[in-house]
Amino acid sequence: MIGKSVPRVDAYEKVTGRAKFTEDLLPKKCLVAKVLHATIGNGIVKSIDTSEAEIMEGVVKVVTFHDVPDHCYPTPGHPWSVELAHQDVADRNLLTGRVRYYGDDIAAVVAEDEIIASRALKKIKVEYEEYPVEIHPRKSMYGSKPPIHFDKKDNVLARSNYFIGDVDKGMEEAETVVKGTYKTPIVQHCHIENPISYAYMEKGRIVVVTSTQIPHIVRRVIGQALGIPWGNVRVIKPYIGGGFGNKQDVLYEPLNAFLTTQVGGRPVKLDISREETFCNTRTRHSIEFDLAAGVDKEGKLVAKDMHSYSNQGAYASHGHAIAANGLTSWRLQYACPNIRGEAYTIYTNTPVGGAMRGYGIPQVCFAIECFMDDVAEAIHMDPLEFRRKNLIEGYYEDRYLKPIAANTNGIFECLKKGAEYIHWDEKRKKYAKQTGAVRRGVGMALFSYKTGVWPISLEIAGARLSLNQDGSVQLQLGATEIGQGADTVFSQMVAETLHTDMAHVHIQTVQDTDVSPFDTGAYASRQSFVTGTAVKHCAEILRDKILAYAKTLLPEVDTRELSLRDNWIWAGEEQAISLAALAEESYYSLTNSSVLTAEVSEQVKKNTIATGCCFAEVEVDIKLGKIKILHIINVHDSGKLLNPQLAEMQVHGGMSMGMGYGISEQLILDEKTGRPLNGNLLDYKLMTMLDTPDIKADFVEMDDPMGPYGNKALGEPPAIPSAPAIRNAVLHATGVAFNENPLTPQRLIDGFKKAGLI
Amino acid sequence: MKKEKILVQCVVNGEEVAEYVDPRESLLDMLRNHLGLTSVKRGCEVGECGACTVIIDGETIDSCIYLAVWAEGKNIRTLEGLEKNGELTRIQEAFIEEGAVQCGFCTPGFIMSATVLLEQGKELTREEIKKKMSGNLCRCTGYQNIVNAVEKVMRENTEKAE
Amino acid sequence: MYDIEKYYNAKTVSEAVSLLKEHPDARIISGGSDVLIKIREGRMAGTSLVSIRDVEEIKGITRNEDGDILIGAGTVFSHITADPIIQKYIPVLGEAVDQVGGPQIRNIGTIGGNICNGAVSADSVPTVFSYNSLLHIANEDGGRIAPVREFYLGPGRVDLHPGEVLTHVVIPKKEYAGYHGHYIKYSMRNAMDIATLSCSVVSKIDTAKNILEDVRITFGVAAPVPYRCVETEEKLKGRTLDEGLYQELEESVRGEIHPRDSWRASRDFRLQIGGEIAKRALIRTAELAGEDTCKGGEEA
Repeated sequence: MIGKSVPRVDAYEKVTGRAKFTEDLLPKKCLVAKVLHATIGNGIVKSIDTSEAEIMEGVVKVVTFHDVPDHCYPTPGHPWSVELAHQDVADRNLLTGRVRYYGDDIAAVVAEDEIIASRALKKIKVEYEEYPVEIHPRKSMYGSKPPIHFDKKDNVLARSNYFIGDVDKGMEEAETVVKGTYKTPIVQHCHIENPISYAYMEKGRIVVVTSTQIPHIVRRVIGQALGIPWGNVRVIKPYIGGGFGNKQDVLYEPLNAFLTTQVGGRPVKLDISREETFCNTRTRHSIEFDLAAGVDKEGKLVAKDMHSYSNQGAYASHGHAIAANGLTSWRLQYACPNIRGEAYTIYTNTPVGGAMRGYGIPQVCFAIECFMDDVAEAIHMDPLEFRRKNLIEGYYEDRYLKPIAANTNGIFECLKKGAEYIHWDEKRKKYAKQTGAVRRGVGMALFSYKTGVWPISLEIAGARLSLNQDGSVQLQLGATEIGQGADTVFSQMVAETLHTDMAHVHIQTVQDTDVSPFDTGAYASRQSFVTGTAVKHCAEILRDKILAYAKTLLPEVDTRELSLRDNWIWAGEEQAISLAALAEESYYSLTNSSVLTAEVSEQVKKNTIATGCCFAEVEVDIKLGKIKILHIINVHDSGKLLNPQLAEMQVHGGMSMGMGYGISEQLILDEKTGRPLNGNLLDYKLMTMLDTPDIKADFVEMDDPMGPYGNKALGEPPAIPSAPAIRNAVLHATGVAFNENPLTPQRLIDGFKKAGLI
Repeated sequence: MKKEKILVQCVVNGEEVAEYVDPRESLLDMLRNHLGLTSVKRGCEVGECGACTVIIDGETIDSCIYLAVWAEGKNIRTLEGLEKNGELTRIQEAFIEEGAVQCGFCTPGFIMSATVLLEQGKELTREEIKKKMSGNLCRCTGYQNIVNAVEKVMRENTEKAE
Repeated sequence: MYDIEKYYNAKTVSEAVSLLKEHPDARIISGGSDVLIKIREGRMAGTSLVSIRDVEEIKGITRNEDGDILIGAGTVFSHITADPIIQKYIPVLGEAVDQVGGPQIRNIGTIGGNICNGAVSADSVPTVFSYNSLLHIANEDGGRIAPVREFYLGPGRVDLHPGEVLTHVVIPKKEYAGYHGHYIKYSMRNAMDIATLSCSVVSKIDTAKNILEDVRITFGVAAPVPYRCVETEEKLKGRTLDEGLYQELEESVRGEIHPRDSWRASRDFRLQIGGEIAKRALIRTAELAGEDTCKGGEEA
């Protein structure tokens, strides 16, 4: 079953509209909550007057920052840490009087309907004292008065660094030293379903139904935020309309939980608008990178130096983990004896940076891969040849974070496939000396990506299987299906290990923390690897239990002869008893009934590196500042493919996100207030179908020894290399190096003018 | 006018419907909240994402920016109306076969847009399909397999016609 | 749910006029793709509405015996594009409104709404300008006719008085017969977008002599209101179509339009694009004239 393109297990529900998402499950009578957002970018609320709102007909409750618990709580979708030093930064309140960014949450209204709630928000009178707004991390890091958070005087949330060898000496000895500064924008996930939740109370406990990637973490954080026992919270995750990391953060669920407690446990809906999603949930961090490299006469890297500055925005969320992840990747994949890396994560008065598909790697990959082309150009070497010369072939491991390693490494094969598809050698020559107003170019970029978070953080997954009366199995997981196809591949894993077919595996799609085994959820491209390990183990236990039970029914057969295959128990090469008959016996035998179940909670102390590349061919209309992507391919080494069609789909979606990152997407902020200027789907330029070229996905399949089924990370990697590949193709076409993405028409026109092409 | 209600009579998925609606309600509100047709998804509320696409008198519209009272006398179709007792239309099947479904939130809107396009019976180029389907946003698929699914059924229809 | 105070439904133009007179605070709603969004944003929250959606007399496209083309203000974009009269005589208008938003929006958005909301990015408007269209406006005094070129007062403001309803956009025969038009919408996306800059060029070319007999160049988003490049037009009329003329057009347009700096695009950027798209649009009209066997809608 593994390696087959079986159809998604939830496809029928989704093409018929039967799949129920959070909003589809709302109770008939549900109160509506809306949040009052600050209209300044930095400062304090001097006074807030809710009296007019409170007396409005249909307003049930108004709460302000005065009414919420004093203590702070953390929000990121990380596993909790029992070690104080590794716990996430707790810097948020449910509502705040200390406004740290434009749109910060200061009050909330619960009303009978949304119009009353909106009108009530307008009746709340707020007086502010404003502080200067700083949206640039490299300015904010010298501190502000007052600091954005009182315990970080210089506004630096965290800094980390490492040294390998002697970089300064390496640079001195290098034949050529190249430097460059690169910058990536703030972008947003733009899942088509906005974050939405509703909460109510049952038997004194709070139930929150929410569109999240991480139900068990949401439960814990609600407990922390409200200061109540975690067991008093139940979180239910129905079908969700995309997450991409935004819903790997605890967003408004704690406030929603709090609000239901304020109205006697009545159901309260907290539905986040598209504009709020842009401004008030999470974004991809903008990061600025100063890079330097020294190369020797042969074109080999002898020293590398990176200093990066990550814009955290107003609250820590995933915080420094993102910049640190990028910093780690600086020392992977390319061979170099002397490496230095330093990363800062800095609070500013902007919307909050959090997890987004690729977790810091799309940013660092843009910087590194643009830089690699720039270095190659400086030494007059073909950029692909330069990379081949410097890439590590075969196994390598991270110097510090054991056991992170490329246990299999298909990068050279990936490059070969990509170069062939795009006709690299031919087109690099053909497009070398163009002079017209419309020019073409080819470019490429590559990346590496870890699978899961071990050993930086805990990896734990749970799985539960039970054998139904008819010989089919029931699979329950705490891992979440968020569109990526997780439920399908988990079902395939069970079918593979139990040697059965898809029709005999029933997976529970909805996670309910009261029922679903503990698993931290969908992120870090971890589930097929980490949860997959648990699923495999669980299925093996169930298989052994089935065979042990079979032994009781077939005492004459030698245990070593028994096997489970095609829904039969086999004794050697003979069909002994059908699985269905065995199952029925296990439920109803008057002498020996015991329902066969298996459950594991498994810590996974493994990690393995996936890799891949993107090759793109573009046409640039210089005078209109427009890029047309003619051909684009991603080639991935993600180990064995569990389901080739689903794998290809992941790559398509990731590339689309990567192309948007390359040429059109950016959240633009007002300099004076930090307010998003384009926080809606009209002004934020997500690619439409008409903007999207045909996308090609290809793979190099290597059987990775760490993956439960030879598999490695695949969910996030496709979003990583397209942006720098496009930028490098534009460089090839025009000779102009754009060091900040996206390569919008405005940037192109400015750049071409500066270069004298216009 | 909070208490005022207006009677709207229309045909939804082939059945005559008479509903008293608040004139402030959108068609999206009416379809979801009055009729339980939850395939009609709310994504942006401003006609930018197409998740709430339904077919009115043979044309696609965003039901979020269409008042419920405007439905008077109209023939409205939602995704729920396509499947007949579990039997899918070809485009629904093609979405499954071609892997055009991921999170599934935009899927109903895309299938409605595709349905109108296919019912028009023209054979379009890939680029033309993209233009006609460009009012629906998807963040999961990069659109590739959605275009493939529409193209596949379009070709089949042409072959049948020949 | 939309925060609407009162909702009135007009079935005829005169009913609409009297409802507007009765309820001076009410706004006209036609397709809804603009008004509903403004209500949701809060800019028009709590407003009352007079709907003209059911006014059948302002829908559809006809060509009268003089050859003038009348487009009902309530005609939706997709119907304009599909209309045989438009396709035959002024295809550029059909192409222009086929670039509004996406298919769903084009099924509800109306040309009347596009003109009356006063947005400088409106996709129909540059072409409506370049054809020197006339606006038929109903009011309780029997109505009036306003040249579209005098209709725009400032950003988002048009010369539509309380109690008035735009009923038809009229393109006189003399303004389109023998002309070819091309519209270029410059936007950041190929769909679901508003123009960063747009230009509609309508020209009359003597293809035998290669002379540009007449030309009209209108920009969207190049000034506070839709902008006709009259100076440039005057410079170019009567001249031979060649590379020199195109070059001069490009430069002259850049000197004439007044785009502004905004977060969407800089003034310099819009000047660069403006010259380029005006040139490309004129070149395209010349190609169309060359291909045309029935001379741009003149009766064969």
